Amino acid sequence: MQRYLFSRLIQSALLMVGVLVITFFMVRLTGDPARVMTPRDASPERVEAMREAMGFNDPLIIQFTRYMGGAARGNFGQSLHYRAPAMSLVMQRVPATIELTLAAMGFALFFAIPLGVFGGSRPGSIWDTLARGFGLLGQTVPNFWLALMLIVVFAVDLGWFPSFGRSGPMSIVLPAVALGFFPLGQFVRLVRSATLEVRGEDYIRTAYSKGIEERAVLGRHVFRNVSITLVSIVGVQFGYMLGGSIYIESIFSWPGIGRMINEAVQARDFPLVQAIAVFSAGFVVVLNLLTDVAYALIDPRIRYED
Amino acid sequence: MHGETVLRVRDLSVQFDSIDGTVHAVNNVSFDLKRGETLGIVGESGSGKSVSMMSLVRLIAEPPGKITSGSAMFITSDGEVDLLSLSRRQLSRLRGDRIGFIFQDPMSSLNPLMSVGAQIAESVRKHTQLQRAAAKTRAIELLEHVGIPGAKQRYDNYPHQFSGGMRQRVMIAIAISCNPDILIADEPTTALDVTVQAQIADLTNRLCKELSISVIWISHDLGVVAGLADQLMVMYGGTVVEYGEVEQVYAHPRHPYTIGLLGALPKLSKTEERLVNIAGAPPSLFSPPTQCPFADRCPWVFERCESERPALYDVGGEGRAGVVRSDDATDGRGSSDGWVDSHLTACFYDLERNRRRDADEPVAVRPGALAHEEQG
Repeated sequence: MQRYLFSRLIQSALLMVGVLVITFFMVRLTGDPARVMTPRDASPERVEAMREAMGFNDPLIIQFTRYMGGAARGNFGQSLHYRAPAMSLVMQRVPATIELTLAAMGFALFFAIPLGVFGGSRPGSIWDTLARGFGLLGQTVPNFWLALMLIVVFAVDLGWFPSFGRSGPMSIVLPAVALGFFPLGQFVRLVRSATLEVRGEDYIRTAYSKGIEERAVLGRHVFRNVSITLVSIVGVQFGYMLGGSIYIESIFSWPGIGRMINEAVQARDFPLVQAIAVFSAGFVVVLNLLTDVAYALIDPRIRYED
Repeated sequence: MHGETVLRVRDLSVQFDSIDGTVHAVNNVSFDLKRGETLGIVGESGSGKSVSMMSLVRLIAEPPGKITSGSAMFITSDGEVDLLSLSRRQLSRLRGDRIGFIFQDPMSSLNPLMSVGAQIAESVRKHTQLQRAAAKTRAIELLEHVGIPGAKQRYDNYPHQFSGGMRQRVMIAIAISCNPDILIADEPTTALDVTVQAQIADLTNRLCKELSISVIWISHDLGVVAGLADQLMVMYGGTVVEYGEVEQVYAHPRHPYTIGLLGALPKLSKTEERLVNIAGAPPSLFSPPTQCPFADRCPWVFERCESERPALYDVGGEGRAGVVRSDDATDGRGSSDGWVDSHLTACFYDLERNRRRDADEPVAVRPGALAHEEQG
């Protein structure tokens, strides 16, 4: 177990170094960074001033050392737009985004697991029809369209929920549903097919032969095995949600990282974009690590390997 | 207690619906199982031996499976009950408690995510009033009972930390955890090494004799069954073709299929280059059972075999030949406790031969069959 986690930890650290290298060159491979960071009609003097201020005149190796040294201390430079340290700006937005992602994930799992398990355990039943229906809808309905429809129906017409902003528990419902609908569809499909597969396993027959009733067989034996597959996709989906939240946060004016990416790109605020990219990558790496831990907790074959 | 019938199955038929049509997997199977005895069931893959036993306790997939006829009286000191008429809830109370199971592949029969101890304790807690700690003690006791060294430490181990033979011991522990009346062992040694096979067979046999559990031992290994079973049932094409005491059937097989099977056993005394086989292929189970299932491969086939399905006839002794053994036609001579003392076979040729023995009248058979008969 320790060896397993230790090796995953080393892999994650190496991955983060790779991310830093890529984000460093990302800025420099998209043309002249000083030009990118200044308005299109900026005077040559202003561009030159920017180049000097950002240190783009120094040799690449000096720039790289400076960047990595700063990154190690969490310093990604000043945001051009907000005139404040980029990473601390990102950190201010993190709670809102995590809140929204968790709510969306909770919504998706809450509906996907029972639908998938019951659908998969009784193919052809009403549960199965529902499961397959939601699986298809979740995969095909674009989330920005769904977000707009939710606003039209539940905020404007019915007035049940606020249409934008982050104020109180009601305000998170619509963005969470809009963001969670795609993963909901994916989870339902996955849980359903995994359940179909697991319920035919010999050890499920063994459980029935012990006289265990269906409900307990599904909960104790089937779902535990299905959750191995589920955990892997939940980890990946968490990462995607960060990306998906760009539209959703913008539509609902949710003060999270997604909306900040949108603003930073439009303002050509490269240090901020860089900080967000590194943070998001770090977030995904941590999620992967947690996924690996979850695997080990669920599956003794991983826990006791080597 | 010994000698009483604990399970009386009559006329059991099971069908499966498939895209290509209805599969007649089990047709009118009847047998008796006596308390404390072992009934061996042999037959090739697809002969219906597993399906017929699993359908008794509804461990087949329904749908597509469907039990179309029959009864299965389960007789204990608490009274008689027809297993096939029970609800799923009532059945699940019997499974694991009164009827235990061991399956073919120990590598996949245990849940990989649960400790073996927990899997034994789960069954114990389901059927007894024992609390968590007591169930654990009982599970450790059972692990010791099936010969797992260091049972206390092994309780928390997971299936992947056990070898195939050890896992099968765990399965046995689960099966006998509630001192069942019946143990259904579905080819429990097929997936194991030969040396381990013998250990598992001996262990099962010893424990069941100790606890006077009746065993239904499904196998396609005639050697294993010969050493374990009291009664033997030979299945072919979803039907019982021969049934009797194991020594009787091995010494004097009466059905052409059994004769072929025993003839196909390699002999240590002879160094044959090729293994003997039964010509032809197993019957299609799609067609409804209107003829003898073995007719296409039988060297002694004659007209009647292809127009009518033979019932089980008693061939136990000269005087008893030709008696149809079903409950409404025991002819006053069979004991009310069923067929256990009989040697039955479902073959018209054997019947005809017996009938005409006195009259010295030959049965018309396919040309070339007589040479075969001399061997048999």
